[in-house]
Amino acid sequence: MAHKPTTQAPGIKGWIEYRLPIFSFIDNSVGTKYPCPRNLNYWWNFGAIAGLCLMMQILSGLFLAMHYTPEATMAFDSVEHIMRDVNYGWLLRYAHAVGASMFFVVVYIHIFRGLYYGSYKAPRELLWWLGIVILLLMMATAFMGYVLPWGQMSFWGATVITNLFSAIPGVGESVVHWLWGGFAVDNPTLNRFYAIHFLLPFVIVGVVILHIWALHQHGSNNPLGIDVKTPQDTVPFHPYYTIKDCFGFGVFLFIFSIFVFFAPNSLGDPDNYVVANSMVTPAHIVPEWYFLPFYAILRSMPDIGIPFTGVVFVSSKLAGVIGMFGSIIIFFFLPWIDGSRVRSATFRPVYKIMFWLFLADCILLGYVGSQPPAGTMLVVGRIGLAYYFVHFVALWFVSRHEKTLPLPESISKSVLASGGHH
Amino acid sequence: MVLTAGALAAVGAGAVAWPFIHSMNPSADVLALSSIEVDLTPIKEGQTIKVKWRGVPVFIRHRTAADIADARKVPMSELKDPETDDKRVKKGHEQWLVMIGVCTHLGCIPLAGAGDYGAGDGGGWFCPCHGSQYDTAGRIRMGPAPKNLVLPEYSFLNDNRVKIG
Repeated sequence: MAHKPTTQAPGIKGWIEYRLPIFSFIDNSVGTKYPCPRNLNYWWNFGAIAGLCLMMQILSGLFLAMHYTPEATMAFDSVEHIMRDVNYGWLLRYAHAVGASMFFVVVYIHIFRGLYYGSYKAPRELLWWLGIVILLLMMATAFMGYVLPWGQMSFWGATVITNLFSAIPGVGESVVHWLWGGFAVDNPTLNRFYAIHFLLPFVIVGVVILHIWALHQHGSNNPLGIDVKTPQDTVPFHPYYTIKDCFGFGVFLFIFSIFVFFAPNSLGDPDNYVVANSMVTPAHIVPEWYFLPFYAILRSMPDIGIPFTGVVFVSSKLAGVIGMFGSIIIFFFLPWIDGSRVRSATFRPVYKIMFWLFLADCILLGYVGSQPPAGTMLVVGRIGLAYYFVHFVALWFVSRHEKTLPLPESISKSVLASGGHH
Repeated sequence: MVLTAGALAAVGAGAVAWPFIHSMNPSADVLALSSIEVDLTPIKEGQTIKVKWRGVPVFIRHRTAADIADARKVPMSELKDPETDDKRVKKGHEQWLVMIGVCTHLGCIPLAGAGDYGAGDGGGWFCPCHGSQYDTAGRIRMGPAPKNLVLPEYSFLNDNRVKIG
């Protein structure tokens, strides 16, 4: 793209390339002219798989939209109509619902891979930021999509989550009425959620393009976390990683199919097969599994004030909301919280332990989020919540004082030393 | 020059944005559903009913003497959102508690007669979502909710008829 071609190559391909250099663009992006570190392991498959998930969600969602009715008295029935009457409607819906869960599995693995190998560190901070933006957009999209079937969990999930905004001091109530378009979650809410649920995936596509653009600027990080120094450290994306990604797609689709065909409702809540009723709250409200850790943080925050005096600066309600959003926003600061000059946890013995503890804490919070908020669970939730943020404080100090292991001289030397038997 | 043009453009952008933003606010027909009337005669002492008003439930409880006594003896210092029992009901109609049945935490509907603040006879409310508990005057006593259950605007047309809204 840097220089204009002066001569036209022969043939149709040459004719097109001379006018629109699309073939060289593809070759430079995902082809033979895009060098990648030669040591990428299978954890690097998940970015491409996430892209596949996004495409599958858009496709199944488009066809579902042809049969769904976004109106409060008809929405629930139209979903059952899709399940019973529409040809392959059950497949479209299960693929879309299971697809949402799978998308989050893949993206969470992708994020934790980045955390383990220090992929957020310079010069990839903006790449990391764009990833967080994608996660936030995914969460908004998934939340609004879950409201559309208009079951009990749809309705009460929408009520609880939109009510989070009522914690904003002063204008909270007006904001919530504005979000609802009324005095409760009702038809206007359903309508706008449908419109936004249709729009956001395309916004995600836009941010994904920026994400990939930022990725290509400095190329992929790698399991050693050291920079590419010579061409010997790389292999071309095509055919090496195109084939490897396709293999990953196959494995992923196999697992995906097991859920779609044999356990399509295992990740959902049976209460959502009861039509929405604004007069009765289900006994136990839980979000979909991928929101559980954040839900636990929301519920575990105590009043913040001076102990034993009754002085409260921030009510537990507002604190919960701040804590929940803060648990994601803090990742924007991670590239600077982590002051280590070594990226990969392979060479950071203390950070490696911290990484696994943090992952365990997220799983613990997820479990707490699925349980009723009383007794032991409340205490466990608060410990888990405290540790979540303590991790980042500890990381500030550890990353600046940790004695790291010696780094290999280069990617190629390391690869040849470990596997070069011929 | 650039500054003036920029400022004017910002004002223009704001003026254009407002109709879009305001279109999402409650529409005229939603605002028009303003009031309902409820006949209180069938509600027995110790009974709570739910009626739908503007899309949300309103609790109407016919309080027992024990309910009222229990609500009145609580010292203000024990309350998170201090309010006397007098302020929660209409003078001369102390047996009737009329409240919006929406938890002030995150909007679930509390269950009547559950929780630890019911004077043992089915008063009091418990929110199943996040564990908030309200007493026999609908005041927050435990859990994450910050405020007492909200009182709607209402008036007694006579001893047995109430107008909400």
